[in-house]
Amino acid sequence: MANRRLAPAAEQPQSFAFSSENAEWAKGQIDKYPEGRQASAVIPLLWKAQEQNGGWLPQKAIEAVADELGMPHIRVLEVATFYTMFALEPVGRFWIQLCGTVPCDSCGARELKDYLHARLGAPGHVSADGNFSWLEVECLGACCNAPMAQINQDYYEDLTPELLGKLMDDLAAGRPVKVGSQIGRTSSEPKGGPDTLTDASLFDGSRVGAWRKRFETADSKQDEAGGKAEAASSEQRAAVDPKPARPDAGRAVGTATTDAPAQRNAAGETPVPAGAKADAADTTESTAQRNKPAAPEAIAKAEAAGAEAGTQSDLPRNEPPPQPVASGANDDAAATSAPQKGN
Amino acid sequence: MTKIVVDGTEVDVPADYTLLQACEVAGAEIPRFCFHERLSIAGNCRMCLVELKGAPKPVASCAYAVKDCRPGPNGEPPEVLTRSGTTKKAREGVMEFLLINHPLDCPICDQGGHCDLQDQAMAYGVDSTRYGENKRAVEEKYIGPLVRTAMNRCIHCTRCVRFLAEVAGVPDLGAIGRGEDMEITSYLESAMGSELQGNVADLCPVGALVHKPQSYEVRPWELSKTESIDVMDAVGCAIRVDAKGREVIQIEPRINEAINEEWISDKTRHAVDGLRMQRLDRPYLRENGRLRPASWGEAFAAIAARMKGTDPKRIGAIAGDLAGVEEMFALKSLMTALGVTNLDGRQAGEAIDPAWGRAAYTFGTTIAGIEEADAILLVGTNPRLEASLVNVRIRKRWRMAPLAVGLIGEAVDLTYPHTYLGAGPETLGEIAAGRHSFAEVLRAASRPLVIVGTGALTRPDGAAILSAAAALAKDIGAVTADWNGFGVLQTAAARVGALDLGFVPGEGGLDVAAMTQAGALDVLFNLGADEVEVGPGAFVIYQGTHGDRGATRADVVLPGAAYTEKSATFVNLEGRVQMTNRAGFPPGDAREDWAILRALSDVLGQRLPYDSLVALRRALYTAHPHFAGLDAVAPSNTVATVETLAGLGGAPDRAAFAPAVPDFYLTNAIARASRVLAECSSLARVRGLEAAE
Repeated sequence: MANRRLAPAAEQPQSFAFSSENAEWAKGQIDKYPEGRQASAVIPLLWKAQEQNGGWLPQKAIEAVADELGMPHIRVLEVATFYTMFALEPVGRFWIQLCGTVPCDSCGARELKDYLHARLGAPGHVSADGNFSWLEVECLGACCNAPMAQINQDYYEDLTPELLGKLMDDLAAGRPVKVGSQIGRTSSEPKGGPDTLTDASLFDGSRVGAWRKRFETADSKQDEAGGKAEAASSEQRAAVDPKPARPDAGRAVGTATTDAPAQRNAAGETPVPAGAKADAADTTESTAQRNKPAAPEAIAKAEAAGAEAGTQSDLPRNEPPPQPVASGANDDAAATSAPQKGN
Repeated sequence: MTKIVVDGTEVDVPADYTLLQACEVAGAEIPRFCFHERLSIAGNCRMCLVELKGAPKPVASCAYAVKDCRPGPNGEPPEVLTRSGTTKKAREGVMEFLLINHPLDCPICDQGGHCDLQDQAMAYGVDSTRYGENKRAVEEKYIGPLVRTAMNRCIHCTRCVRFLAEVAGVPDLGAIGRGEDMEITSYLESAMGSELQGNVADLCPVGALVHKPQSYEVRPWELSKTESIDVMDAVGCAIRVDAKGREVIQIEPRINEAINEEWISDKTRHAVDGLRMQRLDRPYLRENGRLRPASWGEAFAAIAARMKGTDPKRIGAIAGDLAGVEEMFALKSLMTALGVTNLDGRQAGEAIDPAWGRAAYTFGTTIAGIEEADAILLVGTNPRLEASLVNVRIRKRWRMAPLAVGLIGEAVDLTYPHTYLGAGPETLGEIAAGRHSFAEVLRAASRPLVIVGTGALTRPDGAAILSAAAALAKDIGAVTADWNGFGVLQTAAARVGALDLGFVPGEGGLDVAAMTQAGALDVLFNLGADEVEVGPGAFVIYQGTHGDRGATRADVVLPGAAYTEKSATFVNLEGRVQMTNRAGFPPGDAREDWAILRALSDVLGQRLPYDSLVALRRALYTAHPHFAGLDAVAPSNTVATVETLAGLGGAPDRAAFAPAVPDFYLTNAIARASRVLAECSSLARVRGLEAAE
């Protein structure tokens, strides 16, 4: 995202005032808020000002809105520069806001970006014919139809470079275009048509009362057995496919191996005693610590070797030697969990 | 009160305390950048993370209330760990993030040596970076003549934004953009419009905002630091004078909860370069219409020759705005010994008689007492310019709870909403008569406060206005045994001290206006009064620090010491006695003022009976015991004084109140000598013209 700043003075209009119709509308927005909270209407007013000014917000409009709401100019500028929905520089007749956030990116937004680059050049510039300008923005909330772009007020979804190209041609030529999915999906239904609630028996009445009948006829013992089987299967699953002890956060230190109670149980091992857990607790001090802290003697040895070889030790020297710095929390956790295990 | 365990120490704190406050009560130190005691809580720097037992993640202690902590499983008090491994690791993580984009330019950074980030990086920083990417580059911003920016260094704590919006009430700064592109700036890089803007550089925890006038001059460890008192206005802010060798480099605020909390105005801070310019460093003598350098002996001989045989009735003395109590006491003693009764310390011509009682010329409510008022009437005053820190206190009071403020006088922006009532005394009369809607507001208030400015008193009908205001205060119940809601807002540091000393015309004596008439006197002793025009005729002896208007009119110039160069007593507008301390020596042949008067008295044959400052103070305290009570406001009988004032009567005329401080930045000789303040003044003038358009 580029720096969002006001357009250069040469492009700024000399003045801005709401049209009488928009001024009336703005008054309605302001009236929604209680006395003393008029500043809450800042976003609707800026939005209207942008609409009135051909899709972008000039400095004078920001000042006009600020004066209208009795806010310091800087406060309105803060809002206008924060949201990408406010364009601070002139935009084309069609302003393409291409979503580049993860879901769209993984569904091919990058190709769209390349396409726009090739067709329109760098983002934030109006094309020579004045028709288009584009900007990569963050998530616009239509992830299930990714990749997507917002052009002026409308969403265009399920895009490919070809579809986007055609869409742009149609828009430029003034031909009617389809809003929403470009591959014929209705709103966010699954690709390839609906795939749930397709069982015919759902609709022929055969299921009416079936659920209740199940409880009436079911033997209570059978039920219990069923429950046990379910529990056993989940236990089995846990043993076979353990979830990691903690998510791998990309930390330099951390353990990849999993030692969950379910696994130990399946392997016929004894549960881990509380004391051992406390010992195994993470006592690392610094995030910068890539390796296990070197013992002082190791440092001394390496230094001696380094001195002989005429090089400097690459062992970390700035870190304190390892010491049992169990935090209060860990101490206490061990203490409280021990009796619970006993019970 | 709620119990909470911090690092194993159980403390009992109010439930509305934050964890950070609770930790401080328990003696644990919490690092912070965005948090500041006197600003709202932002919680965006994350440096104050602590481990809270039971919470899944470290919590920001500045924004987490003690009452929001859950007790332990068996009802134990919540437990906070500020020194645990998790806490340390969390803070190291935050510090690493902060340092991703912070430049490593400490050697060329003015903040080096008193930088929060530098200090805390020593405790929580790691020695190397794990980031290969380029650091972010941000353009420098122009935000005014007093604060230089180095925006690469900004860590976005938003203290400056919050200070201007909350304390100063002039929301000029903001954070534009978002995420990595966030930048602190003023609207279109215009200069900040606050008279307190220097404080944002003090608040900045890094070197992003630094004081422009002193930039690249000094390192903090080169400075000798002297605690002192400001004299730029009558508020008497607590300051620290930082000098490098002989030269005063900067003035920083000290904390004084009763007066300035921890802010000072730009005039207080940036008058320092005025202490170096235009100084009188040797005596001068007027010969053939021109001042020529002279020796002390020559100057004294000339004075003695002129004074000899002059009728005491044709001799007078005026004390200016920056005179300390000691020299005024010495001058008064000398003049009394010579039989002179033409004394006046009310340079601006205020219609105040100390005989009415001390409450007639002090702000007895006290500055901290403003926080208890629930309706304020300002008469002929603009506290924002006349006493900036008093205005900050009124604004603070307004932020605590709704406050009705009425203003009679010049229509100005006080930084908080107020009702503009009118321009002149007739509005005061209307309120007193109950014909104005604001009268009901004042009557309904349980602790109303009437503040009269010197703009209302420095006019021929000043006494009548003071009387009308006092009558109103009495009428609305502003002055009772347990609430003192009537005060006069002085603008000059020396004024209350002069009035306490009784430095006013004696029996049959002339006042300032009469003394400065052409031909009224043969000899006029001018102790640093630069704001009066002395008519032709008199032989003027000027004792002061700067080559300002007073020295230009003088026939003999005696160079004195400025407030940073002497230990002198000043009484602030509340009536609080405070003492400055010497941070350096006066330049050249200049001497401390009391010593000059002592030497002169010898030449004039009326030797003053003290040879040292201690002896002078002993005599002073014997004559006026309340000067011995440093940092205290001597109690005064306000009820009786207001009664007296109300009884004065008189008919105010209809002229509108004139501002007492027409140009905030240029009110005294030191400020007028300052280049920095001259620039501020011209900017303010342009801003005023723009606003008038």
